[in-house]
Amino acid sequence: MSSIQIIVNLVGTAALQTLIMVFASTVFSLILGFPLGILLCTADPLTGISPKPVLHQALTRIVNVLRSFPFIILMILLFPLSRVLIGTSIGTSAAILPLSIAAAPFVARIIETALKEVDTGVVQAARSMGSTNMQIIIKVLLPEALPSLVSGITLTIINLIGYSAMAGAIGGGGLGDLAIRYGYQRFRTDIMIASVIIILLLVEIIQFTGSKISSALQKSR
Amino acid sequence: MQIRLEALEKSYKTDSSLIKAVQSISLDIPSNTVFGIIGKSGAGKSTLVRLISLLEKPDSGSVYYGGERVDNLEGMDLITKRRGIGMIFQNFNLFSSRTAAGNIAYPLEICGIQKSVIHERVKELLALVGLTDRGNAPVSTLSGGQKQRVAIARALANNPGILFCDEATSALDPQTTRSILYLLREIQKKMNLTIVMITHQMEVVRDACEYVAVLDDGKVCEQGRVTDIFTHPQSPVTKDFLSHISLSLSEDAPCPDGIVRWSQDGGHYTLRFLGDKTGEPILSRASRICSVDFNIRAGGIQHVSTRDIGSLIVDIEGSQNGIEKALAYLKEEGVIVEDREGNIL
Repeated sequence: MSSIQIIVNLVGTAALQTLIMVFASTVFSLILGFPLGILLCTADPLTGISPKPVLHQALTRIVNVLRSFPFIILMILLFPLSRVLIGTSIGTSAAILPLSIAAAPFVARIIETALKEVDTGVVQAARSMGSTNMQIIIKVLLPEALPSLVSGITLTIINLIGYSAMAGAIGGGGLGDLAIRYGYQRFRTDIMIASVIIILLLVEIIQFTGSKISSALQKSR
Repeated sequence: MQIRLEALEKSYKTDSSLIKAVQSISLDIPSNTVFGIIGKSGAGKSTLVRLISLLEKPDSGSVYYGGERVDNLEGMDLITKRRGIGMIFQNFNLFSSRTAAGNIAYPLEICGIQKSVIHERVKELLALVGLTDRGNAPVSTLSGGQKQRVAIARALANNPGILFCDEATSALDPQTTRSILYLLREIQKKMNLTIVMITHQMEVVRDACEYVAVLDDGKVCEQGRVTDIFTHPQSPVTKDFLSHISLSLSEDAPCPDGIVRWSQDGGHYTLRFLGDKTGEPILSRASRICSVDFNIRAGGIQHVSTRDIGSLIVDIEGSQNGIEKALAYLKEEGVIVEDREGNIL
């Protein structure tokens, strides 16, 4: 096998691992973070449509604690949970759990911020027309905030690409891991460069697509 | 629907003090009228409208819609009651994620009405506010007046008995204000609505309302028929409002340049006096010297930045020769003379 072929094989496998990790953890962190973000916005004691000071305080604490954990520590702390949920604490699929847990509070904040940007007057109008809180969330807050939500999700995906580089520490593989093991530890600069270029391309494509969707949504209104 | 307020109280706590926004307000708003509530910023009118429209609960006192107490409703009862009232706002508060038609459809959607029924109703409402062909327009492409029309259509979608207008014309220019007020009055008659209009503009009260309550410092300081309040204002606040009223909104006496015209007859010449000439008795001198008579039809003063321009619309009576002499004299004195078409002579 020529060295080019080896590089393509290595980088290809790693890129696939990265894509799996990022895609899966994006989906799971959204599932976890989206309701949390909606709750943070609606339960806000001052601006929420259904103020719940105690719940809001509790959620804020949880989100802040999770966000302040260094990711590498979080991964190790979540070993037992990974074993229970996924059956193993190492490998690509095992890395998805800590990635999702780490990104969920980030998603929650991003959703909260996006929803809070919606004009309070518009929410008041919806309330004056007799909307239930659920209708305000689904028919007003989410559609009104859609462009910011898309930007926020784009940001989350890009952050997860960065985090996934650390997944190598628990054998998760991926492009970041490849760059460290081959490029740094085995002095294979060519593989390092190839990995970095692929990561760069991924980030560029995702950012470009996200921005395009967001501005198209903004333009159509 | 008739609205009755009994001893409404509402206060807000700030860090340092307690602000009494609404203090023992009792009002009877008759059915089927346009009722104005006027007050300066901070007089408590926004709080009051939020209390009457069930967006907030009063600290004490009660609100009745057609004899039924509504301020103590909770949960689904409150939501159902809100669906029976309409509200429009200063900033329109339209959903930017929806088209004009989508905005009007919203209150119908939340009541679970069938799509086909909604479609028909939206068409009717668009026609009612004169926007038949703008249904698919995104909200951002509409002008201020059009936005408020969409908001009115949206507020009326569920055939409410009451329509609240919270400073609904304050963000609009005088012409648009006039057309929106006209539309509201038309709709009021057509739909047997009770309209409660919150405003800080006496012009709006004059042009649209039948009754008015004047609010100051959280209390009602005067109320009654608009005609009575205008002719016999009692409180200093009302007098102050009336003294600052601009004439430019009235439909019956259009006076775009600040000139009061008692009638549209005659008026062959418009004389314009610049600031420094307004102190001299030019007209009576011209009248004496050229033996002509001036018949003043209308007059007014315009403030143009730092200068005042006085305008008089006049007819000049006398011999042809005398009139020409008089015009020449006026021009000599620095008065700008225009004919009926606005050409400078």
